[in-house]
Amino acid sequence: MSNSDFILKIPTQSTNLKIIRDFITDIAVKAGFDESSSCDIALAVDEACTNVIKHAYRGGDDKEITVNVRYDSDKIVISISDTGSGFESEPDDEEAIRNRLNKLQRGGLGIHLMKKAMDEVVFDRDVDSMNSVKMTKYLH
Amino acid sequence: MQTDITLKIDEKNRTSTLYVGGYLDAHTASKFESKIQEIIKSEKYNIILNFTELEYISSAGLGVIMGNIEDIRNHDGDIKLTGMSDKIFRVFDLVGFPSLYEIYKTQEEAESSFGSES
Repeated sequence: MSNSDFILKIPTQSTNLKIIRDFITDIAVKAGFDESSSCDIALAVDEACTNVIKHAYRGGDDKEITVNVRYDSDKIVISISDTGSGFESEPDDEEAIRNRLNKLQRGGLGIHLMKKAMDEVVFDRDVDSMNSVKMTKYLH
Repeated sequence: MQTDITLKIDEKNRTSTLYVGGYLDAHTASKFESKIQEIIKSEKYNIILNFTELEYISSAGLGVIMGNIEDIRNHDGDIKLTGMSDKIFRVFDLVGFPSLYEIYKTQEEAESSFGSES
């Protein structure tokens, strides 16, 4: 099976997170991922969309998130885009997260989880002020 | 479609258990935080979070635990976790929670860890 494309456009409301997760999980299973990996992928997408809802749009719910999913025989690639003010930019490397955990501070966990759950996570902001994050997970 | 969370507090002599079910994400985390705050405001600091009925957790839920633990430990209390499915444990494990929080297989073990009388 190759190059199947799925697109979900959905209002930036936190009540829609479960719809997004279910959408992603179904496609991940269809792409051949096991239950655990499918849950990881859905978690990463939830975190990315939560970041958009909370930070990029500052909690506003009148915009849209676009989730684009493509898979082929060895990977799934998910792109999430919005036109808000950008993703949270707190340091999220292993040391920064460990420091915050040790100091019992919340914050930055979402991007950390995205990177743990997926094989590749790339953030981008293009000339049309469209923010996007592209995440890839391979079928090992 | 069910997108919500269920929260129930069970008070015993030494412990307050918050049974958390359903979906703990950015949509429901504020309800979860309110319940933990309700326990803290009643000056109960030996808190067990029982996740037996929990279907899903994201960083929004983890953040609530992290945001309240310092206050609780400053009052000689703790938050201890129990009833996790493998799926829920994996999320905690991805961010290194097992080294910072006590996790028990059963409710009874979590209660006993706070002392014999419960």
